Amino acid sequence: MVSPTTMAAVRASGAVPNAEYLLAVEGVRKEFPGVVALDDVSFRLKRGTVHALMGENGAGKSTLMKILAGIYTPDKGQVKFKGVDIQLKSPLDALENGIAMIHQELNLMSFMTVAENIWIRREPLTRFGFVDHGEMNRKTAALFKRLNIALDPQAEVRDLSIANRQMVEIAKAVSYESDVLIMDEPTSALTEREVAHLFTIIRDLRSQGIGIVYITHKMNELFEIADEFSVFRDGKYIGTHASADVTRDDIIKMMVGREITQMFPKEVVPIGDVVLSVKDLCLKDVFHDVSFDVRAGEILGVAGLVGSGRSNVAETLFGVTPASSGTIEISGKAVKVGSPTEAIRNRMAFLTEDRKDTGCLLILDVLENMQIAVLQDKFVKMGFVDQKAVSAKCEEMARKLRVKTPNLHERIENLSGGNQQKALIGRWLLTNPRILILDEPTRGIDVGAKAEIHRLVTELARDGVAVIMISSEMPEVLGMSDRIMVMHEGRVTGFLNRAEATQVKVMELAAQ
Amino acid sequence: MSTKIEASAATASSSASKRRIPPEFNIFLVLIGIALVYEVLGWIFVGQSFLMNSQRLTIMILQVAVIGIISVGVTQVIITGGIDLSSGSVVGVTAMIAASVAQSSTWPRALFPSLTDLPAIVPIGLGLAVGLLAGLINGWLIAKTKIPPFIATLGMMVSARGLSKWYTKGQPVSGLTDQFTFIGTGIWPVIVFLVVALIFHIALRYTRYGKFTYAIGANVQAARVSGINVEAHLIKVYAIAGMLAGLAGVVTAARAQTAQAGMGVMYELDAIAAAVIGGTSLAGGVGRITGTVIGTVILGVMTSGFTFLRVDAYYQEIVKGMIIVAAVVVDVYRQKKRKTV
Repeated sequence: MVSPTTMAAVRASGAVPNAEYLLAVEGVRKEFPGVVALDDVSFRLKRGTVHALMGENGAGKSTLMKILAGIYTPDKGQVKFKGVDIQLKSPLDALENGIAMIHQELNLMSFMTVAENIWIRREPLTRFGFVDHGEMNRKTAALFKRLNIALDPQAEVRDLSIANRQMVEIAKAVSYESDVLIMDEPTSALTEREVAHLFTIIRDLRSQGIGIVYITHKMNELFEIADEFSVFRDGKYIGTHASADVTRDDIIKMMVGREITQMFPKEVVPIGDVVLSVKDLCLKDVFHDVSFDVRAGEILGVAGLVGSGRSNVAETLFGVTPASSGTIEISGKAVKVGSPTEAIRNRMAFLTEDRKDTGCLLILDVLENMQIAVLQDKFVKMGFVDQKAVSAKCEEMARKLRVKTPNLHERIENLSGGNQQKALIGRWLLTNPRILILDEPTRGIDVGAKAEIHRLVTELARDGVAVIMISSEMPEVLGMSDRIMVMHEGRVTGFLNRAEATQVKVMELAAQ
Repeated sequence: MSTKIEASAATASSSASKRRIPPEFNIFLVLIGIALVYEVLGWIFVGQSFLMNSQRLTIMILQVAVIGIISVGVTQVIITGGIDLSSGSVVGVTAMIAASVAQSSTWPRALFPSLTDLPAIVPIGLGLAVGLLAGLINGWLIAKTKIPPFIATLGMMVSARGLSKWYTKGQPVSGLTDQFTFIGTGIWPVIVFLVVALIFHIALRYTRYGKFTYAIGANVQAARVSGINVEAHLIKVYAIAGMLAGLAGVVTAARAQTAQAGMGVMYELDAIAAAVIGGTSLAGGVGRITGTVIGTVILGVMTSGFTFLRVDAYYQEIVKGMIIVAAVVVDVYRQKKRKTV
């Protein structure tokens, strides 16, 4: 066993042969109290390839990556880096050895400049030991030029878009001269154009011999960027294939171990009266003159690129950011929605885009998470919560939505993303809404849970709920909606009926 | 249908009983441990028992009852993710104001000669009202101006202390009626503490007020989207904390049979320490009144034990500081351990 520091020295001496595999993981096992996260897992990364990791949430992808990035130590098995056994002690250790990870939650310091973020801990110094900002900015500019990134090294990170922050993270990883780059769902918050740019950079890095481990839930990305992919399921390694050799259905089958016959269980249900009617809704400097109707039983899809104002409209409808002008009518009656409390009183429900930030009460249990909205006006007498009754309702709902949890007293943070999302949907269904606003209801959750959520939304529509569904996933919007409203830069650019809607037409309206 | 619900209710309660040991249990063990250490040291160095002395135990509990009353309010503030630094000063100002209308006509230098010999309910009610007002101001500042609770209550801490000094230009207020001082006699402060603790234990666990308090501390954004009127709720929580500090001020004056502008100095820190030792997390969303009660008693046992062992007061403070830090370290460690599960 060679320690990474020795490894670094060996590497510098050039004595290490150019092994075919940059990384070779053999028989790795990792256990957490009560869970086997990885069981006898193997994985190999070839030099100059993009290798996608696929699998439902909880399949073990993240654990494997965290082992590769030095965050976890495996209980069993070995990790070979360029043919040499290594044991990484920390993320820093991994980084210094040439394995860099770009996390889903970006780890940049908002109040520092781009250059300061990239060279942190390695700042070029002047003769007197002060930080040489000029040199640092020059080095950053050179790095950006090489990667074809158009960013000002002196910009503060808090002023950057998510996409640009991601570019900074990538540049930082490259600046360590990493041989292995691990990316955890890098495109989840990017627009199409930004994704295209990211892919150009990835291809460029690949051609320089860097190996890229790429975690994604998006099938089309896999076919576009990955050379190979490995599938994991329930902590076990299922197989590795070249992406050219397989079809989408093959991969889904490998991931879930079962066939999903119908991805979008859309049902034609009778469409009722107009439930929600929005006219000329404006939020100053954010979106303008948004007008639309939603009928009982109808699913109105809302498409548009990130930043088009889709989520802002949802927040305004729900009173999180009250409108600056315009009217909202519910069942023909004008209502003022100045706060979420008023929205709930009007039987609206809102599943927010960001599960962690605005959805889950992470440190509380599933029960508390599910009951919090319904306690606004039900199950409370003289201030006292009728816990027995509300617990029973929550149990029933959790069973109906198939929330996988040992019991409702489990902290919600211990659940997988899909189950958290189901619990949050349960929170809203308990309030018996007639208008349900879903903002990216299936973002970052696995295929199985996704299908269940789609089935559920269909059922709700059948029961006469008016559904507004915002989604960045084109197949989802096309597959689920009765009508699609497309937004671009804060304005509605058009409506498409289910029959006429195609990917191309939606994109035309969204990108203009 | 109804049988189905009953069945699921049964699973709910059975899964509840499967819950891990309450976190207070560990804190309780710590309390027992500390007491036993004193017991042993007592026999070695002083030649007598620490625990087998009911008088000492009574004094010990009496000393921390006032801190405990404050801490019940502060615990709730900390659960919302906030902090209240003003409670010690609120104790001072309410003690002064309550005492000024609790003076006996037999006392020659009454502050308001026309307001003597009033029934005890007047000074007690006024004290609570003053505390409530201070809390309302804290809560309003925090909810409406969005300034950090640390700053809002720091301002109140300084101003309320100034107010209590200005009120009599620094003179103590004495000659209080027996009816008023009754609440400070004997074991009464402890009873007040325990009643207050019981009320808010129930409020936090079984009422909507409690559920919302935890929800705000766990994730204020999610709480807002779930329909909780966060501003109104925060004002409520700070108002309750202020009112309890006011109650503590009344008890302090009654117990001392006099009020002084310097009363309650540093009480806010002891109250925060009691909550934190009792398992309340400064990150918000976590904490229980039962833990706070045990935390309060631990503070009392520590102080009393040091005195019993005739340890110099200076050392007492040094060690107390270390124990508070240790409690938070343990809390952070616990949180970390939980995350990796």
